[in-house]
Amino acid sequence: MATHFKIDGLRAAIDGKEILKGLSLEIKGGEVHAIMGPNGTGKSTLASSLMGHPKYEVTDGEVVLNGEDVLEMAVDERARAGLFLAMQYPSEISGVTNSDFLRSAINARREEGKEISLIKFIRQMEGKMKELEMNPEFAHRYLNEGFSGGEKKRNEILQMMMLDPSIVILDEIDSGLDIDALKIVANGVNAMRSEDRGFLIITHYQRLLDYIKPDFVHVMMQGRIVKSGGPELAERLESEGYDWVKEELGIVDETVGQV
Amino acid sequence: MSTQLSAPVNRQTVSALSQSKGEPAWLEEVRTKGAELAETLEWPTPEKVRISRWNLTAIGNHKAEAAIAAVDELPETVRELAGQDQAGLVVQRNSASVLRKLSPELAAKGVIFTDLETAAREHSDLVKQYLFSAVPQDENKLTALHSAIWNGGVFLYVPKNVEVELPLQALFISDDATAAFAPRVLLVADNHSRVTYVDNVVSSYGEASAPITKQTIIEVIVKPGAHVRYATVHNMSENLVDLTIRRAVVENDGRIEWIIGDLHDGHTLSDTQSLMKGNGSSSDAKVISIGSGAQQMSLTTGAVHFGRSTESNMVTRAVMKEQATAIINGITKIEKGATKAGGFQTEKVLMLSPKARGDANPILLIDEDDVKAGHAASVGQVNPEQVYYLMSRGISRAEAERLIIYGFLAPVVSEIPVDAVREQLQRLLERKLEG
Repeated sequence: MATHFKIDGLRAAIDGKEILKGLSLEIKGGEVHAIMGPNGTGKSTLASSLMGHPKYEVTDGEVVLNGEDVLEMAVDERARAGLFLAMQYPSEISGVTNSDFLRSAINARREEGKEISLIKFIRQMEGKMKELEMNPEFAHRYLNEGFSGGEKKRNEILQMMMLDPSIVILDEIDSGLDIDALKIVANGVNAMRSEDRGFLIITHYQRLLDYIKPDFVHVMMQGRIVKSGGPELAERLESEGYDWVKEELGIVDETVGQV
Repeated sequence: MSTQLSAPVNRQTVSALSQSKGEPAWLEEVRTKGAELAETLEWPTPEKVRISRWNLTAIGNHKAEAAIAAVDELPETVRELAGQDQAGLVVQRNSASVLRKLSPELAAKGVIFTDLETAAREHSDLVKQYLFSAVPQDENKLTALHSAIWNGGVFLYVPKNVEVELPLQALFISDDATAAFAPRVLLVADNHSRVTYVDNVVSSYGEASAPITKQTIIEVIVKPGAHVRYATVHNMSENLVDLTIRRAVVENDGRIEWIIGDLHDGHTLSDTQSLMKGNGSSSDAKVISIGSGAQQMSLTTGAVHFGRSTESNMVTRAVMKEQATAIINGITKIEKGATKAGGFQTEKVLMLSPKARGDANPILLIDEDDVKAGHAASVGQVNPEQVYYLMSRGISRAEAERLIIYGFLAPVVSEIPVDAVREQLQRLLERKLEG
């Protein structure tokens, strides 16, 4: 079935404060959407709400992935349904090696008795790590523990590659990356582009979009999408900033709730 | 509430039992003195745990046990613990030793590995020289009572310069809750020797056994330049109170390593200390514990630095389930004159239930200036952000929590140097965490 992801009128709050104020977006397999916007406009809240972070409460709206109601699902069910969020600040988990964690994640998608063989898993993991120019040693390190910012981001992309999701959300994957690391991460994402996979890229900067070409660009302000366009919109934002958008729409303060 | 009927411990009963076993006169004297001391001394009073409320007097009665020829004759549940290819094996069942084996190669090198009762008869001078040298009988009611009633046990002597490659093993089994179970272990590693000793303390009772208290005292004498590794796993049912005191005296350049798995289901007093008497001596202690049900635990590790340039490291990690309580004490004491000593300790507790309780008490007592010492302690619950992160990759909540809990223990488990102990500990961890 062709991937189809639809967000309709999504409202979400944290600690009783509404951050998302009726956001709608539709992503089909093969499409790359970018969401841009200044700090504090609700971009990361969108990512966390879609994944089901326990601190965010969805108060209204619908999220449907391939006909299934995402908001009814627990976090792990959303992941197994095909949703993947590359996080801005991935957790560090002591005592759990990267490879044990990834193998558990892969096996969670398989039936009991049909777990991935160790050899096949190792071969896959080593191959993907090589593509991302990761030191093979990282397979045996504890999950994200002591990783630099860039290493954590690469590790997120490694997980994406291994888990083969149908909708990928990248939350500020470019923050903290130098240009070489950015290219490696972008290459990893581009290698995953396919007709059955949709991408939602959340970023402050045009820079990432030089390497991952979006089909659609959306501007987020005040907890909703206020303007949409093609790649040329990102270029104009890069050269002229956000003020013209605010002026055009009569927005004084683009932020929402807390920053 | 005790339903246990224990014969009274006094001069007459202790003396009669000693005579019936044909023990040397000095030992009979020690035992009767212990019985007398026990009448006046008080129970130990560990921090925040009132052990006097436990069923401490239910110590059972002495019962004779038939010797066995091989491990095959033991209950199936404990058979596998004996492992394979051990260089030596001593098995105690309830009140008495039932099996003693030592490879002829080690015997030819002068290694003695037998039960302590036999050793007291056959190597009387050697035993007499070291028995009570680490844990004196008059410290408190526990040490006194134990000195009167101890049975079976282990004696290990490794002569000078002898290196024992394979672990020597002991099994302490209680499968009759009315029988006294009070092993005493004495290890003596002579100059520049090296040995690894592993014991398992287990119970195997029928349904709803009567309460019983097991007392164990372990003394390790590490002579100059010797290296002793002591690994122990306690895994008994909840009707049993486990009182265990372990103490090592370490001479110049000697080293003791403790690996302790307190995976017992009943109340536990576990006190492990290294006395670094010699210059350049060192101690390393790793303790893992899982608390469940309504069990109360007092887990103490201690390192006392007397010698110069002595080093100690202590790590305890405990997971508390249900309504279990653990008071975890780490005591680093550096005496005046122990210059260039270094003492470090970490205690961490992970609580899995709102009713579980864990206290970590790091204590540094330092009477010397030229030293290094440090501690870290934490008590916390499974971090919800970590659970969310793992779940966001498709891992179920239960599995995510499992990974985090094993991850919490992994840094200690993975450092256990004896493969068989590590694997067995892993199995028991799984049983106790998931059972």
